[in-house]
Amino acid sequence: MRVGLLGRKVGMTQIFEADGTAVPITVLECGPCTVLQVRTEERDGYHALQLGFADKKRKSATQAERGHARRVDAEPKRYVREIRQDGPSDVAEGQTLTVEVFGAIPRVDVIGTSKGRGYSGVVKRHGFKGLRASHGVKRMHRHPGSSGPSADPAHTRKGIRKPGQYGNARITARNLKVVRVDPTNNLLLVRGAVPGPNGGFLTVRQTNKV
Amino acid sequence: MQNHLMEAVEQSSMKASVPKFEIGDTVDVHVRILEGEKERIQIFNGVVIAKSGTKTREMFTVRRIVQGEGVERKFPVHSPRIADIVVKRSGKVRRAKLYYLRNLSGKAVRLKERFPAGKATPAEAKAAKAERRAQKAAAKKARAEAAAEAKAEAAATVKEE
Repeated sequence: MRVGLLGRKVGMTQIFEADGTAVPITVLECGPCTVLQVRTEERDGYHALQLGFADKKRKSATQAERGHARRVDAEPKRYVREIRQDGPSDVAEGQTLTVEVFGAIPRVDVIGTSKGRGYSGVVKRHGFKGLRASHGVKRMHRHPGSSGPSADPAHTRKGIRKPGQYGNARITARNLKVVRVDPTNNLLLVRGAVPGPNGGFLTVRQTNKV
Repeated sequence: MQNHLMEAVEQSSMKASVPKFEIGDTVDVHVRILEGEKERIQIFNGVVIAKSGTKTREMFTVRRIVQGEGVERKFPVHSPRIADIVVKRSGKVRRAKLYYLRNLSGKAVRLKERFPAGKATPAEAKAAKAERRAQKAAAKKARAEAAAEAKAEAAATVKEE
């Protein structure tokens, strides 16, 4: 079974190892997740587990969401995602998965939505250096400069980095080390940063990076 | 938002009790050092000139003068490598960061002593001063004796020749 769970980012801090090394960690509140549906090859064309995390008020759920949750005797969920599986799994619909599933997993991928930065210029969005502060530069200090050659090819090449919407996109932080699993508080501690704001919803799965 | 969860994690990495010390205190920081297989404790003595951060991220900066050169080390309060922090002397200071000490040298670096349990009675202050004087005198005497001994030895060797 490919292990995965849904959760929420709590925040970042640091903890110490026995030898005094400080480890930067992100605290994730992971699970418990209800298995809302099991996707199978025969019916759906692929294997996956559909998980739900965090209850939604019944009155703010649609009729369809309520019906889908009722099928497995659960409340409608705020965050529903699928975890792809390689083959048929032994997990049944309606079952609850907790953070303990990560007990033997050394590394995970964390998928989330990055913080939205709106319509951003090239300095923020692509790390351009901008133009000089003096020596004749006039009101162009954070501009991209040239976007390509002139008469030949007479147009801007495709793929040139430009200003535009930055952030608020699906981001996968891959191969993060699992530092600690805390089943009493449903916490998963991973080394390093994960996408999104504190309190943002996340999908955590066993890494597919080898 | 989910502060109680954060609390639980940070609590797990914090020491149960940390010795109380203030900005301006002269402290001995006991640092665990690994030398090959063996562990020993090294003491770094100096004045606490700054504290920063909270919880597991709390740090403090200690400044001392080594051979006329200022040396500063910054330690994490909750690091397991810090075995102990012993307050040797409390300094009377009026700000939270003593970065101005970096621009001072010699006698100007000294801080006035503070007596943590309220104001020092004149008698106490006098006693402390007397003790410091006695220490200084003792050190001077020891130095003088050592010098005299060295001189005598030198004279003896000359005589032998």
